[in-house]
Amino acid sequence: MKSGKLWSWIIFGLGAAYFLVPLLATFEFSLRIRREGYTFDAYTSVFSDGRFQASFSYSLIVGVCAIVIGLLIVVPAAYYVRLRAPHLRPIIEFITLLPLIIPAIILVFGYIRMYNTSSPLPLLGTNLGTDILLTLAYVALALPYMYRAVDTGLRTIDVQTLTEAANILGANQATIIARVIFPNIIVAVLSGAFLTLAIVIGEFTIASLLNRQVFGVYMQNVGANRAFEPAALAVISFVITWGAMGMIQLLARFAPKTARRD
Amino acid sequence: MANVSSVADPAAGPVSTGPAVRVGGNPFRFVRRLRLGDILAIAPFILFALLFLLIPTLGLVVGAFQDGDGNFTLQNVMDLGTPQIVASFWISIRVSAASAILGAGIGLVIALAIIRGRLPDAIRSTVMTFSGVASNFAGIPLAFAFLATLGRLGLVTVLLKFFGFDLYKSGFNLLSFWGLTITYLYFQIPLMILIIAPAIDGLKKEWGEAAATLGATNGQFWRYIGLPVLWPNLLGTLSLLFANAFGAIATAYALTGSSLNIVPILLYAQIRGDVLHNPGLGAALALGMIVITAFANVIYLVIRTRAERWLK
Repeated sequence: MKSGKLWSWIIFGLGAAYFLVPLLATFEFSLRIRREGYTFDAYTSVFSDGRFQASFSYSLIVGVCAIVIGLLIVVPAAYYVRLRAPHLRPIIEFITLLPLIIPAIILVFGYIRMYNTSSPLPLLGTNLGTDILLTLAYVALALPYMYRAVDTGLRTIDVQTLTEAANILGANQATIIARVIFPNIIVAVLSGAFLTLAIVIGEFTIASLLNRQVFGVYMQNVGANRAFEPAALAVISFVITWGAMGMIQLLARFAPKTARRD
Repeated sequence: MANVSSVADPAAGPVSTGPAVRVGGNPFRFVRRLRLGDILAIAPFILFALLFLLIPTLGLVVGAFQDGDGNFTLQNVMDLGTPQIVASFWISIRVSAASAILGAGIGLVIALAIIRGRLPDAIRSTVMTFSGVASNFAGIPLAFAFLATLGRLGLVTVLLKFFGFDLYKSGFNLLSFWGLTITYLYFQIPLMILIIAPAIDGLKKEWGEAAATLGATNGQFWRYIGLPVLWPNLLGTLSLLFANAFGAIATAYALTGSSLNIVPILLYAQIRGDVLHNPGLGAALALGMIVITAFANVIYLVIRTRAERWLK
């Protein structure tokens, strides 16, 4: 029995080493830019790079737009399925899982063939159209996480009673969703939103093939041309991912703990 | 952790819930009661799924069976048999399989250690949180991290050299099958931990006590009870990890450029510049990827529904 516990510690230690050493090594590497000793110059160089600022804010804007559009699509659908059409649930859930089944590169390849300049809907013909297509592609990537988050939120509240109560007070369906249901699931929605942001902010494949200068594409460019800045970017990305996940953990504490009553 | 449940539990009401459609004996009863508000609620979702998920993918599948003039042909699919493409599929399958098998094995051992190894609770929650982060820490930055660790100037390489062991002279190369596999493990292991932890929690304490009362050793418990119960979950997660690695491209691209021609990188190059000199062949390549990842995912979903029997 004693030896069992010892083994657990050994396994944990080995695992921790595998996961922490690359982080330490990356951080150490990012400080090595000057021959005289460790400095943070690689970070200064990254942060003062105009393309960093431009690509990062572009990714952020696209990410936020994707979250908003995703919510506008997912919340009404999830609400409708839960309240009125539980028999459609397997189909809807299967659709939301498709982005996990279809690799991103396949998705963007399909878009490029379907929305090219000679198609009925030539989104790729203009800059704005391509921006829109990129945003919608990110909505698709986020769909599994977004739907799960919203559905989990709906499960913790009494959708039926809330809807009936609002109906009696004379609210129509749009009002119910926007002013009754949505505020009740905001915590779940936000955790879905942060996860989406974490995924979108470093995305490379889709943006690169749509020729959009997002943060992921910028990172790839730096990686191909510089030595120490990539390590600094990796550290920055890790901090961002950690921040997004930390927010989700934090939000979980505010989540309503009511049991489902349907 | 929303992401945990999202990955770990993708089909809470899994695909096989066919009978639910027959509500009250009339499958179309809901049509009569459909109101404008209901249609408006579901329409954007359906429209989006059609325009940005289903039709683009189906377009590729159809394109794989069309020649330059749009006539039906099997030539594209036959052309997948060229040595370059077969080699791509082979290296992709090997990397995905190796990282899935190792990721599942190592992830299981770590999950068992932190959940059933009587380690402090704080360790468990730290590992779970970290797994959430690490499973999402993929793509370009992950490649940078491993270049800084195991690249020619990486910390571990330099330290090993300092102690007299030259990693690269011993035949190791980060830009190779094993290099890519070790890098992929960084998101495969945490994903395994996140998915398998609830299943391990589902192993009831009473089962262990009952087995011990009957005189079973710890080894016998795992051999006859623990692993058989976890088995479907393990197998299912294995196929999920496989699909996860098979579709990944950013890490490999940033790590190896195009020196390791896995299928997604070949497809990327094809989309960029038609390196195969045949758009139809690109579609066939995509079809090959869809078939393999869909197959792996279907195995996952089917096994998952069976696995849930024991874990309620």
